[in-house]
Amino acid sequence: MTDFPAPSQHLPRRSDGFSVAAMLFAGLCVLAAFGTTRLMRGALTGLGVYASAWEIVFGLTIAGSGTLFWPALRSLVVTAKARAARARNDIVELRIETAAAKDHAFITFGWGAFALCIFGFISFVLTNDAAVGKTFFLLPLIQAKWWLVTKQFLLNNLFIFVATEILVLVWGLMVALARLIPGKAGRPIRALAIIYCDVFRGIPAIVTLYLIGFGIPTSGLSDLIVPHIVGLFIDLSAMSVAEVRAVTRIPVSWWCVLALTLTYGAYVAEVYRAGIESIHWSQVSAARSLGLSYIQTMRYVIVPQAVRRIMAPLLNDFIGLQKDTALVQVVGVVDAFNQSRIIAANAFNLSAVTIVAILFVLITIPQARFVDKLTERDNARMRAGG
Amino acid sequence: MAFLEIKGVHKEFGAFQVLRGVNLDVIEHQVVCLIGPSGCGKSTLLRCINGLEKIQGGEIRLEDDRVSGPGIDGDKLRQNVGIVFQSFNLFPHMSVIENVTLAPTKVLKMSRVEAEAKAMVLLKRIGLEAKAREYPDRLSGGQQQRVAIVRALAMEPKLMLLDEITSALDPELVSEVLNIVRDLAKQGMTMLLATHEMGFAKEVASKVCFLYEGVVHEEGPPAQIFGDPKEERTRAFLKRIIEAGRL
Repeated sequence: MTDFPAPSQHLPRRSDGFSVAAMLFAGLCVLAAFGTTRLMRGALTGLGVYASAWEIVFGLTIAGSGTLFWPALRSLVVTAKARAARARNDIVELRIETAAAKDHAFITFGWGAFALCIFGFISFVLTNDAAVGKTFFLLPLIQAKWWLVTKQFLLNNLFIFVATEILVLVWGLMVALARLIPGKAGRPIRALAIIYCDVFRGIPAIVTLYLIGFGIPTSGLSDLIVPHIVGLFIDLSAMSVAEVRAVTRIPVSWWCVLALTLTYGAYVAEVYRAGIESIHWSQVSAARSLGLSYIQTMRYVIVPQAVRRIMAPLLNDFIGLQKDTALVQVVGVVDAFNQSRIIAANAFNLSAVTIVAILFVLITIPQARFVDKLTERDNARMRAGG
Repeated sequence: MAFLEIKGVHKEFGAFQVLRGVNLDVIEHQVVCLIGPSGCGKSTLLRCINGLEKIQGGEIRLEDDRVSGPGIDGDKLRQNVGIVFQSFNLFPHMSVIENVTLAPTKVLKMSRVEAEAKAMVLLKRIGLEAKAREYPDRLSGGQQQRVAIVRALAMEPKLMLLDEITSALDPELVSEVLNIVRDLAKQGMTMLLATHEMGFAKEVASKVCFLYEGVVHEEGPPAQIFGDPKEERTRAFLKRIIEAGRL
């Protein structure tokens, strides 16, 4: 081996170990597949839903994990070639084959790990005669209650977060601009914006919800104001007290929208501010030197660029907001989570709560992809060589 | 009375005095070139003239109207005084035509159709009408700078300030930008430009001012400044320029 020409690169380390490990790992995965299918057969029999058609599924599962042997085998073959190249002193060929052997081995490791996770999850669900599965995924209960939970989700969670998001987009920008207002006269406005952000970012959302959702109606503040406003449109004088209450009462979910707007407005204002400050000051110079006013500069030049940059962190905050709509139950709104807890308590089973979890994930994914698409589109349009 | 009069202008950033009493006149339809070492205050002076920076002493008059100090309408001033920067500063989220028509439509309240028609005439003049719908990042540096000039011209300014507009360009792109400035000079545009392109200054300038340590150290016709500078500092500066092969 020492008679290689002085190499400008190190000799690659042998790939034999990787290839053998890949074979062993593939074998382990097939064993895990056997184990998992046995567990499934037992659980399905226990549930009384076993049919011989399941054997096809089991066979496919085992065969599928058996395909992991393919890259592992290729890795072994290529390693053999590498060994030959090493014997021939063909250093270039040796590097190429060793790299290829490692690649094949890592394909086995990667997909094997993926398969093991799935087998692990299935085993977890089916353990103890599917007791775990029945706790979280009791299909009859899910079938019976999914619409009830989903309806509450649409009526309350969805309404609250869509309304809040629209308000937060506007309110957050207003606070950010107030915080960045220039000049000596702007100082008190800046101070107000800073105090607001400090206070409402500091208070836990659940506390703000509680204080506003219970506090404002209880304090009678809304009764002081709302009848006057409604009175402009409807003649309240001829109505009984109960009737007046019926037309002037503000639903609790609206107070939730207010509370969450105040909380998330503070977060989003900071995101906006970071975005605006990230735009180079020369853009302001350029816009102002064309005669645009400060407000026009913000409106047409700075904020549009800032918004493009903050799309991803903005989505982060919005997903946080959507999940926090599950907190509105503290003021008695029957949202999806509250509804599912009622079902869970009656059925002594958590499957209804699983529905809520699935609903929240389902609404998040399309938004993430939508933001990816928007960012991609902007990049393709504005960047060179797109 | 000169078109633009700069009298004893002082400007400081904290304790650092950038301009220490600049006196300078620009007559209408003249091209005045500011030369001088980096940090001598050329860019700052230009930014003071269009009100992007406030001055701490002296005054600036445009067409005999005071345009510095308290109470002036900076936005109105900047409609009349266009500036082009070294780093182009096009708006990256807008296409070329949107860059050019933004100020006419939003500031002058011109209709979009009219503004676009005028912009296309200007873009045609610089040979970039085919790029009207492109975004700035897809243009070369020279093309971006030409668009930046057109963007300033679209406001029909009375005075153009050019702040080292070719310094950020690859050498082979400099001429396409300078040709536009040459055309503008021929059309009688009043211009004040800070530049390191001495050959160009020699060719187009009616007057060259050597700015040194925040004052106009020497001024005169280009033939005199470049051929027979009176001041020691000017001579030293030009010697270094010649040694660098830039004159």
